[in-house]
Amino acid sequence: MTPFTTLTGIAAPMPLVNIDTDMIIPKQFLKTIARTGLGKNLFDEMRYTQDGKEIPDFVLNQPAYRRAEIIIAGDNFGCGSSREHAPWALLDFGIRCVISTSFADIFYNNCFKNGILPIVMPQAVVDVLMADAKRGENARQTVDLLAQTVTTSDGQTFPFEVDAHRKHCLLNGLDDIGLTLEKAAAIDSFEKKIAVSRPWG
Amino acid sequence: MTARTLYDKIWDDHLVDEAADGTCLLYIDRHLVHEVTSPQAFEGLRMAGRRVRAPEKTIAVPDHNVPTTLDRANAATMTEDSRIQVAALDKNAKDFGIHYYPVSDVRQGIVHIVGPEQGWTLPGMTVVCGDSHTATHGAFGALAHGIGTSEVEHVLATQTLIQRKAKNMKVEITGSLRPGVTAKDITLSVIGATGTAGGTGYVIEYCGQAIRELSMEGRMTVCNMAIEGGARAGLIAPDEKTFAYCMGRPHAPKGAAWEAALAYWKTLFSDEGAHWDKVVTLKGEDIAPVVTWGTSPEDVLPITGVVPNPADFTGGKVEAVQRSLDYMGLKPGQKLSDIAIDTVFIGSCTNGRIEDLRAAAAILKGKKKKDGIRAMVVPGSGLVRAQAEEEGLAQIFIDAGFEWRLAGCSMCLAMNPDQLQPGERCAATSNRNFEGRQGRGGRTHLLSPAMAAAAAITGRLTDVREMM
Repeated sequence: MTPFTTLTGIAAPMPLVNIDTDMIIPKQFLKTIARTGLGKNLFDEMRYTQDGKEIPDFVLNQPAYRRAEIIIAGDNFGCGSSREHAPWALLDFGIRCVISTSFADIFYNNCFKNGILPIVMPQAVVDVLMADAKRGENARQTVDLLAQTVTTSDGQTFPFEVDAHRKHCLLNGLDDIGLTLEKAAAIDSFEKKIAVSRPWG
Repeated sequence: MTARTLYDKIWDDHLVDEAADGTCLLYIDRHLVHEVTSPQAFEGLRMAGRRVRAPEKTIAVPDHNVPTTLDRANAATMTEDSRIQVAALDKNAKDFGIHYYPVSDVRQGIVHIVGPEQGWTLPGMTVVCGDSHTATHGAFGALAHGIGTSEVEHVLATQTLIQRKAKNMKVEITGSLRPGVTAKDITLSVIGATGTAGGTGYVIEYCGQAIRELSMEGRMTVCNMAIEGGARAGLIAPDEKTFAYCMGRPHAPKGAAWEAALAYWKTLFSDEGAHWDKVVTLKGEDIAPVVTWGTSPEDVLPITGVVPNPADFTGGKVEAVQRSLDYMGLKPGQKLSDIAIDTVFIGSCTNGRIEDLRAAAAILKGKKKKDGIRAMVVPGSGLVRAQAEEEGLAQIFIDAGFEWRLAGCSMCLAMNPDQLQPGERCAATSNRNFEGRQGRGGRTHLLSPAMAAAAAITGRLTDVREMM
């Protein structure tokens, strides 16, 4: 996994609430057996007409946001299915950070496994970031994971919370499985214990 | 000892390790696998030279892509990419030695229907699957939730999941349901009351008389949609109905092991005085048969209602509702029972069990679907299908003009050939009415199986109580 330390980039405003995983990556693109190549179909049905032409109004089709690396989103971003294809598609497009007032639980988890930082901010802060993002490609925002801050293009800085373990893994690009396997002895002894106490399991 | 919730108890009994910062390692008793969210996980294992740690606790079944038409044994009924995904699961199941129900097996079906049916899902267990509707298994008092593909790989490799504990939320449904009102109406009404983010950060325990009075099938419907309310999982404390359902299932314990399990299962309830971070109470008698009108499961109203006006909402929801109504082709003030439909879909992990088919058949018996309506019943598993045929339900559907299909996820998410055309409007017993969910431009109204049957007869969204 690519480490995430700091990021300065274009932020795309997507104020719609409840942007679900079917919007982020429609099911016809889940038939892949790879993790890569989904970026071109990110937000497919909002981004292209039925015959594959770009819809000019859609934010990521606008010249200012075609190289966005941050999304400022409405409430409850990523609700719906568990498909990790959603963060894979975001990452493949080039999005490394999503900021919203809340995220669906599974999507939030999936982001961290792929080097994407989801940030929860209060409504008032999201409003400021959204307004800043609407100013276009010269309004670059900076996300500093180590310091846990987001800074707008005009220098306003807002702190955010992130779980210490997830922060550590993201900063260092660590593989969860490798970390857990260091605790193999604890898993072994737990299995021995439940083989006696709950043998039907 | 401090009073604990059911969630607290299951959590405590599966805690392998807790780091100083509160990050926990939770042991997983059952890992269910399907073809869409697993290929990259198995590939990851291969690349790292890892094996599946507990193949005996890992169960796979293809369901999302598989055609449900009677000719599906013919590989040409699947698109090339679907065929590759199902073939990958065939190979991964064999290579890694996990339990497997291939498409050709009569026990094949939707993973969340097969798990309980085969007795893999039992009270007090932790159950995960790379699918958000894993919440279904919470009906047994099992802690069950969806995970992403990276977590699928993590569970395959370690039989554990890295977790932080969620908060406890109690949803109580007091009293009894009125005639014509079902588990689906409960679960949709709860989401209508709390919103799709109302459960975010929580595990919900559903309780109260109306929940106790539900069958196991109904309880699965309720828990299935906990995720639609944003919750990590939904739970219902096991009781005599739960034990009766589990008894004798192929993978349920037998003999002395059954007695030991039963003794443990009877300790699985929330203690008097346990702490709840959030409580929501609905009166069972206030719940009406409901339908959704928009593109979020929270967009739900009694069938007697009218399409709302965007101006009645606040914040970001104003734009979302306007967008929904444009997408759905509806106008504020329009009566819900005037909305004409093109298609009826009965099935899915929400409502593809035998009780659901019985409820729909009870309405359809001796009647016909309206001319021009496309209607299909997709049983949740091959065994549900066989039972429905034995009970004479299949004939009722066929006589009413429904297609009687083989098992799979089908038109719930339209990854197989069962899809809506742009603008086509569907009364669906599934779980999501998102834009494009059942096919690009397709319009979905979520409702119960009985309501879906009523809509098939009249050709519009209909109050099932008028037909009882």
